[in-house]
Amino acid sequence: MQDVMPRTLVLRGRRVVGGCAEGEALVTRQTISGWGGINERDGTIIERRHELRGQSFAGRVLVFPGAKGSSGWSAYFHMTRLNGVAPAAMIFTRMTTKVALGAVVTRAPAVTDLDQDPFAVIETGDWVKVDADRGVVEVTKR
Amino acid sequence: MRLTDYEKAMLDGAHGKAKARAMDLLVRYGEALGAERLIETNNVAGAFNASTPSVRALAARGFDAVYSELNLDSDEVVEVPRMAVNTCQLITGIDNAKWRIQGIPDDLAEQQKRGEAFFGQRGINMHATCTPYQVGNVPVKGEHCAWMESSAVVYCNSVLGARTNTEGKESAGAAALTGRIPDWGLHLDSNRRGTHLVEVGIPVDDMMDWGLLGYWLGELVQDEIPVLTGALVNPTLIKLKHFGAAASSSGGVEMYHLPGTTPEAASVEQAFGGHQIADTLRYGATERRRAYENLNCARERKIDFVMLGCPHNSIDQIWLIASLLEGRRISPNTALWVHTPRALRDTAQRNGYVRMIEDAGGVVMSDTCPAISRHLPKGVRTVATDSAKQAHYLPAITGVEAWFGSVRDCIEAALSGTWNGTL
Repeated sequence: MQDVMPRTLVLRGRRVVGGCAEGEALVTRQTISGWGGINERDGTIIERRHELRGQSFAGRVLVFPGAKGSSGWSAYFHMTRLNGVAPAAMIFTRMTTKVALGAVVTRAPAVTDLDQDPFAVIETGDWVKVDADRGVVEVTKR
Repeated sequence: MRLTDYEKAMLDGAHGKAKARAMDLLVRYGEALGAERLIETNNVAGAFNASTPSVRALAARGFDAVYSELNLDSDEVVEVPRMAVNTCQLITGIDNAKWRIQGIPDDLAEQQKRGEAFFGQRGINMHATCTPYQVGNVPVKGEHCAWMESSAVVYCNSVLGARTNTEGKESAGAAALTGRIPDWGLHLDSNRRGTHLVEVGIPVDDMMDWGLLGYWLGELVQDEIPVLTGALVNPTLIKLKHFGAAASSSGGVEMYHLPGTTPEAASVEQAFGGHQIADTLRYGATERRRAYENLNCARERKIDFVMLGCPHNSIDQIWLIASLLEGRRISPNTALWVHTPRALRDTAQRNGYVRMIEDAGGVVMSDTCPAISRHLPKGVRTVATDSAKQAHYLPAITGVEAWFGSVRDCIEAALSGTWNGTL
């Protein structure tokens, strides 16, 4: 029995990579480097001055502005998939070739162009369901 | 996406399985971007080499398997035909001549050589450098390219006026087999105009200055297009190479304009092309100091390793290093590695510069760098480098601490074994 029903919010956007997945949100307002920014063997952020340094996105719904840095972005996210430590899904706000290709080869459901600011709605630890085929993101506050 | 009849035929397998898998990837990628079509390219720069331990298992199944997985994102192993268009290999993880000094296991060096033989025969030109524009791949203004390597991409767009987005291993692999890439982003006129005005209030002169400016700027503008004005002293290849590399490491800058210097900006007005200025940023002594402090994470002043040449050194940079070392010996406790493209190393050898650096105790390497190879001299804890890019990435990738400074600061550190660099 719960005292309060979990609060659920729905965001709508555009499919980048199709599919459905759900998981706990990991949110950052800072862009992420692939090569030189993540450890592709365990999915942790390694960039020295990054707010998520030491945290892993493996199996989580990664909510972030987008990509920066090296062109090895897709190759390193590609390897997180081969190593079984890819994010469950991706939600991002700034489209670039790095993040688009990275999402494609990670083969994790991904959405962008949401009708609400995901950083205002989603916090780390929320449960997030991404139905990328329909462009629907369902957020259950923790 | 709208495809031409020829592109549809490639996608349907009429031109073989590899091109079909390449088209499949390009369509998935193009749709992810929201691109409407593909554009033709005849200039691809990618990463095809098999020089890291993580590729070992794939390479054991053959290089068709390596290309299929890593350069096409294909679950099916397809036979790799000859590249359809001009294609070159960027930087790799292994120096083909000095791999033992790097500490690379023999079998990995052999794997790399087998890979080069395979890919070379199929038309991937082994420039093996992050700076293809220094060794003969110099696209003309307006040429559509499909390049990887963030420091080369920003140089290609900004300094040469050619057009490329930052491609990845898979899209470059697909472009090389099809001569196609999504017509999106910087391939389109309207996306190449300036967004931010940057007023540089202090003289930016030597390579260190340009590196600091780029490192500060990239973090602020991310992947927007800055237009820089002010005391930007004599912007040459080596300065712009460093500036772009720094700005595409702290952020994701793929294009900038220096009115009066870069080809798409005769004036500030032309750089913005009628677009509104989103923001005006000012760079002065305070901002310069902040960039320096953000880059210098080291505490220990005892220097184990000095790395020069990221992006790969030009011949005049090699000469500067050689001349600073002439008649002197580096500290027995410090290693000095100098990196330059293979073709320029050959020139440096003929000029006698390699000998000068080696006589002082340094090593002149090609094909690779420590950040890419993840190999440094054994036991290194503290590094000094003249590269903002390398100072940014090496601590994250290898766990070392880094000092950033001028070429002279770095050479002094190699000679004395101690860091005495200053802003």
